[in-house]
Amino acid sequence: MRISCPFCGERDRREFYYRGAAVDLERPLPGAGADVWDAFVYLRENPAGETRELWYHEGGCGAWIVVTRNTVTHEILRTEHASEARS
Amino acid sequence: MRFSGLRVLKEGLTGNKGWTPHWRDPQPKVEYDIVIIGGGGHGLSTAYYLAKEHGLTNVAVLEKGYIGGGNVGRNTTIVRANYFLQGNSEFYSHSLKLWEGLEEDLNYNVMHSQRGIINLFHSDGQRDAAARRGNMMISQGDDAILLGRDELKEMVPYLNFDDLRFPLYGGLYHPRGGTARHDAVAWGFARGADQRGVDLVQNCEVTGIDVENGVVRGVQTSRGPIRAKKVAMVAAGRSGQVAAMAGMRLPIESHVLQAFVTEGLKPCIDHVVTFGMGHFYISQSDKGGLVFGGDLDFYASYAARGNLPTVETVMEAGMALMPMIGKAKVLRSWGGIMDMSPDGSPIIDRTDIEGLYLNCGWNYGGFKAVPGSGNVFAHLLATDRYHENATGFRLDRFRTGRGIIDEEGKGSQHNLH
Ligand SMILES: Cc1cc2nc3c(=O)[nH]c(=O)nc-3n(C[C@H](O)[C@H](O)[C@H](O)COP(=O)(O)OP(=O)(O)OC[C@H]3O[C@@H](n4cnc5c(N)ncnc54)[C@H](O)[C@@H]3O)c2cc1C
Ligand SMILES: [Zn+2]
Repeated sequence: MRISCPFCGERDRREFYYRGAAVDLERPLPGAGADVWDAFVYLRENPAGETRELWYHEGGCGAWIVVTRNTVTHEILRTEHASEARS
Repeated sequence: MRFSGLRVLKEGLTGNKGWTPHWRDPQPKVEYDIVIIGGGGHGLSTAYYLAKEHGLTNVAVLEKGYIGGGNVGRNTTIVRANYFLQGNSEFYSHSLKLWEGLEEDLNYNVMHSQRGIINLFHSDGQRDAAARRGNMMISQGDDAILLGRDELKEMVPYLNFDDLRFPLYGGLYHPRGGTARHDAVAWGFARGADQRGVDLVQNCEVTGIDVENGVVRGVQTSRGPIRAKKVAMVAAGRSGQVAAMAGMRLPIESHVLQAFVTEGLKPCIDHVVTFGMGHFYISQSDKGGLVFGGDLDFYASYAARGNLPTVETVMEAGMALMPMIGKAKVLRSWGGIMDMSPDGSPIIDRTDIEGLYLNCGWNYGGFKAVPGSGNVFAHLLATDRYHENATGFRLDRFRTGRGIIDEEGKGSQHNLH
C-alpha cells in the first residue's frame, strides 16, 4: 500500500501512522452530552467499502492527511491535507 | 453416526464407504424461535448449547458462505486462559474447562492439545508483571509457572539466548494452554447442533433485520424472509454491517490480521511460544507446519489479506527470536477480518431492540472463546439473564465508562489493541 502525501508525493505505507476513521475532523463541543461523545469516541460506521481516515505522515513532513480509501480493495482514492478537508 | 476407534477400524477395512455427511442441508423454514446470524465458531457453539443445555432446537444458523469459511478457519488456533482482569479471567477459565471436555461432549476429535504456552519476558519489570498475572491465573483456579532463564533454556533451547535485542529473562508458562484443530472445532459444533435438530443454512446471507415498534420480528435473507422470536448477531468481522441492518452503530472497527504457515517439518517446537516485544508467536501444527503470526496491519480492512510491511516485521521478529526457522519455507499466508473493540474485550449482550442480541468484539482472540462464548450466549438467549461467568461484557460500558475491560492496559480507544 502506497499513500500519496499532498506535500511529499507517493510514499510507502510504513512512513505513516494510522489514526482511524476521520471523526476527529468534527470533534463535538465539550458540553455536547454523553451520547454525542459516545458516538464520537466509540461508535463507528466501519464500512466495507469507501471510508475516510486520518493518517499522519510521521516519517515524512509531519502532516495529518485525510485518506479516502476502499477497505475491501485497499485502493486509495483521494488524499488531502486535514486542514483543507475540514474547511 | 457416532465416531469410535472401532468404527474407524471397520471403515478402514471396508473402503471407508460407511461415512455419512456430518450435517443435513435443510431448506430454511418460515419461522424459528431463534435465528443466529453467522455460522462461525461462535454462532455454531451458541446453537449447540441452546439445543444441548436449554432444549431449544427450533433454531437456525444462517451463514452467508459455508461453515468454517470465516475466522474460525483462519486463526492460529491458540487456546488459553491466562487473562488478568476480572470480567475476562472467569470467562476464559470457564471456556478452557469446556475445551477440556469438548471432544467427549461432541464425540468429535478437535485435536485439542494442551502442549503449554510460554509468554517470554525481557526485563525485571516484565518479570514482575508476569508474576502478578500468574498469581491472578492461579487464584482464578488455572495454572501458571514462572520460569527463570535457566528453566527456559532447558525447555526451549532453540531460542536466541545470546544477542536478542530484548534479552530473555524467562517466561510465564501456562501448561494447560495449547492449540486445537480450528476446522474440526467448527465441524464438531456444527454436527452436534445439527444432530440435536438445529438447521444449519449455508449460502444464506442476511440482508435485513425486521424490527417493528422496537421488537425484532425476523430477518430478510438471500433465500427469502424468515420470521424469528429472537435474533442473535454473531458475525465477527462483519458485525458492523449486520448491526447496521437494525439501525445500530457499534463500537467496532474491522481490521486485518495476518498469519503464516511453513512447509511441514519434523517436530521441533513443542509449545506455543509468544514474543510480545516482537509481536510474534509460533507453534507447530500436528502436520508439522510452523504456524506463526504477529500484530494487526493497523488499518481498517475487509480484504482478508494484508500488506507486505507486516509480513516483513513478523519474519524479522521470528528470525531474531529463533534463527533456526530461517531455512523453513513459508507455504502460505492469509488474513482474517477482526472485530476490534475499543478496550480489546468482547461484547455479549442484549440490544435496545427487544429480542435482538449481540455477540462480537473478539479482536484477535476469539478462537479460544468458542465454547465459552456459545455457552454463555445461549444462556443469555434462553433465560434473558447473564451467565455468571459473563457479566462484564456489556455493550454500554463504553458510553458509561463503567466496567471497561482494558486487559492490555493501553486505554479504551480504537486502534490501540
Ligand atoms: C490470522 C488470525 C489468527 C488468529 N489467532 C487466534 C488464536 O490463536 N487464538 C484465538 O483465540 N483467536 C485467534 N483469532 C481470532 C478468532 O479467529 C476470531 O476471534 C473468531 O474466530 C471469531 O469468531 P467466529 O469464529 O464466530 O468468526 P467467523 O468464523 O468469522 O464467523 C462469522 C460468520 O458470520 C458470517 N456472516 C457475516 N455476515 C453475514 C450475514 N450478513 N449473513 C449471514 N452470515 C454472515 C460470516 O460469513 C462468517 O462465517 C485469530 C484470527 C485470525 C484472523
Ligand atoms: Zn508528507
